[in-house]
Amino acid sequence: MINLETPKKHRQLIDQAHQVAMNMLRPISRKYDQAEHAYPKELDMLAAMIDGLADSGASEGAGATGVRRDDKADEKGVKNGANLASVQSVAEMCWGDTGLTLSMPRQGLGNSAIASVANDEQLKRFEGTWASMAITEPSMGSDSAALTTTAVRDGDEYVLNGEKIFVTSGERSDSVVVWASLDKSLGRAAIKSFVVTKGTPGMKVERLEHKLGIRASDTAVITFTDCRVPAENLLGSPEIDVKQGFAGAMATFDNTRPLVAAMAVGCARAALDLTRGLLEEAGVEIDYDRPAQVQSAAAAKFLQLESDWEGGRLLTLQAAWMADNRQPNSLEASMAKAKAGRVGSDVTLSCVELAASVGYSETELLEKWSRDSKILDIFEGTQQIQQLIVARRVLGLSSAELK
Amino acid sequence: MSLLKATKDAVSPGGKYGVSKSESRDPIGLAVLALNKLAQSELIDRIGLRRQTEKGVFTVTRSGFRAAGAASRAFARRGKKDVAGVRVPSANNTGIFDLTPSEDEQMLVDVVSDFAAEVLRPAAAEANEACAAPGELLAASLEIGLPILGVPESLGGISEERSAMAGTLVAEALAKGDMGLAVAALAPGSVATALSLWGTDQQQATYLPEFTGDAVPAAALALNEPKVLFDVLDPQTTAVKEGAGFVLNGTKSLVVRAAEAELFVVGARLNGANVLFLVESGTEGVSIEADPAMGVRAASLATLRLENVKVAAEAVLGATDGSTYLECVRLSRLAWCALAVGTGQAVLDYVSTYVNERQAFGEPISHRQAVAFMVADIAIELQAMRLLTYRAASRAAQGKEFSREVALARKACADKGMKIGLDGVQLLGGHGFVKEHPVERWYRDLRAIGLMEGGVLV
Repeated sequence: MINLETPKKHRQLIDQAHQVAMNMLRPISRKYDQAEHAYPKELDMLAAMIDGLADSGASEGAGATGVRRDDKADEKGVKNGANLASVQSVAEMCWGDTGLTLSMPRQGLGNSAIASVANDEQLKRFEGTWASMAITEPSMGSDSAALTTTAVRDGDEYVLNGEKIFVTSGERSDSVVVWASLDKSLGRAAIKSFVVTKGTPGMKVERLEHKLGIRASDTAVITFTDCRVPAENLLGSPEIDVKQGFAGAMATFDNTRPLVAAMAVGCARAALDLTRGLLEEAGVEIDYDRPAQVQSAAAAKFLQLESDWEGGRLLTLQAAWMADNRQPNSLEASMAKAKAGRVGSDVTLSCVELAASVGYSETELLEKWSRDSKILDIFEGTQQIQQLIVARRVLGLSSAELK
Repeated sequence: MSLLKATKDAVSPGGKYGVSKSESRDPIGLAVLALNKLAQSELIDRIGLRRQTEKGVFTVTRSGFRAAGAASRAFARRGKKDVAGVRVPSANNTGIFDLTPSEDEQMLVDVVSDFAAEVLRPAAAEANEACAAPGELLAASLEIGLPILGVPESLGGISEERSAMAGTLVAEALAKGDMGLAVAALAPGSVATALSLWGTDQQQATYLPEFTGDAVPAAALALNEPKVLFDVLDPQTTAVKEGAGFVLNGTKSLVVRAAEAELFVVGARLNGANVLFLVESGTEGVSIEADPAMGVRAASLATLRLENVKVAAEAVLGATDGSTYLECVRLSRLAWCALAVGTGQAVLDYVSTYVNERQAFGEPISHRQAVAFMVADIAIELQAMRLLTYRAASRAAQGKEFSREVALARKACADKGMKIGLDGVQLLGGHGFVKEHPVERWYRDLRAIGLMEGGVLV
């Protein structure tokens, strides 16, 4: 039966996340935007609380590891599981603060990658680690075939060499999931991911970036120089399957793109909620029943923003719901990321304009949200990459046909 | 002074032919005007200077055609007038997020989709030209049960619970065939649904048997008015209490199949509140004027004029405090959203095939990002429109407040739907501009979503 309301079983979780976002993240939001690279120590206690919730089962499996697709025998009926719980709680947290949410201990994108592709033994071994994700290189972003970091098998170990940039929580995390190629001549199929724990000789955090937004989150440059990693830290199969190609590594993205879309949804809602309040104080009421063109320009603009935002939100829920119900969701995940990403920018930037100098000034958080939101249309696949994926799927074209 | 003004007005070009009142004519303009009058003169035709052009058919052009409303059948009064009619319960709330239609809904969608593909789509181009839906097509639409979708089972319909979701899915599936024909086919059922939702025992007993029988009357929900910046919550049509009944005055625009409709649901202002009235077409003072529009032409859109139309006290449909009217407005907008989604899907399917087949510079044009990304955006925005519409529909079916949800869906379906229509034509280039392909029709149809009020509801 078609129903797009918040699932009953997730309501309590979302309320909790909202309270945490409002009472824990908001009060320190500006502080860590200004103190870039300072460690938000407040988050340690929060992370412990989240772990506790997870152990008690109250978190419905939400979080970075909530993206694992279980292969339990088909349960009867429609499932609202960990993927849906995760996107909803991540959106609530990013309503509080996107940078701080990205800095949440043990909730890194590397954790999502491990959850997506690790076998059961690895999953157990890496339980409790805080894993960041290292894919991008100085000369390679979206084009993973151009990846240059190498992994060479030597006895029971792989030897990693290369430089990774834009590693979110790269300094603070306990381990890094690194993409490296076993054989560059075999293209994408030879790309594998390795869990490298901090302190492994040859791995070095070189520096931290200074950024437009999400400044509470550290973004590191990490080098690997003859860095030896145990062979059993290779996630998934070590075989190079040219036919299956890149699918293994990409599976992570089908699961994490809805999470990033959810971040944009949460960040944009912060701007919408505040702007609605500010407009009301300024005497502008949003009337849902009267045509937009007979209302004030500000009200009409707000309606457009809210409509776009709700579209992005529902696409995000759809992608997560499909994952929970084990339906292939590559297309829908990219749709959600593309829509929510661009809506995140449009909403936050437009809200600054609507609020005029109040929006542009640092006294309010509107200007901050419009800086934070930009990254969400870039990482985990830019707007353009999402459009490529959607177009290829809709048109039935290969990457050789639609470049 | 007044003579000068009269002269000025006579030569002023504004106020007709789409010319703004701020325009003025200079001597050259006056000369061109005179030349144009001569060019239009029948004299040059009579002396054989020009081939006689074909006269437009009266239903297609609006040149002065005006007639009384269709002679309505005798709707025999039955039932009790002050007793509420039969109401179906709201759909159950399972508390689970789910995008799967129920089995019954899926069955309906399958049947209607076949009908849309095999009957509506092939008839669409001709119906657009004729500004009318073919009789056999409308007859077939009755057979698949369109008019009784929202009518309670106990009154001869098929509805066991609130059918807003099923109605939405059906409207979407139909519009994938053709929006104009979908509207023509859905209009009677919309009135039947309105009677089911808000009718008294007497109204249901009087009218619904006609809709559940074999000879379903054309019927129309008339809310729109010919007014710039029209606000449906501020209608100019008035109802005034007179004796035991009411007198209606006003003009309703874009009324679906108005010339043949036997029963209208008309929105009017009564004592400061908006109220729905049932008006039979044969009532004195009802007249119809053809008013074809840019699109949705197969729905035979026309203007309905009400001049001192007297109706009985029991012609009021639903509440007189404005609440029924408002719910009707929302449910109607929801139906138009569903239609936009269906037509948007038609565009996406059509352009996807086209850009893969059309060759330029030695390869299909779909291999270019400039083209492929437009298709991607159509797909993305269309799915967002669909989910927004489904959310509003499912809330309506569950009896939840859905004002905000339908407003957000309508905004998306109006704006992004129009963009889809626009890009649909653009992707075909010059071929999109000619009637050999349906995208120009979809472009015209999709313009309706943001301004349509009434006509259909779910």
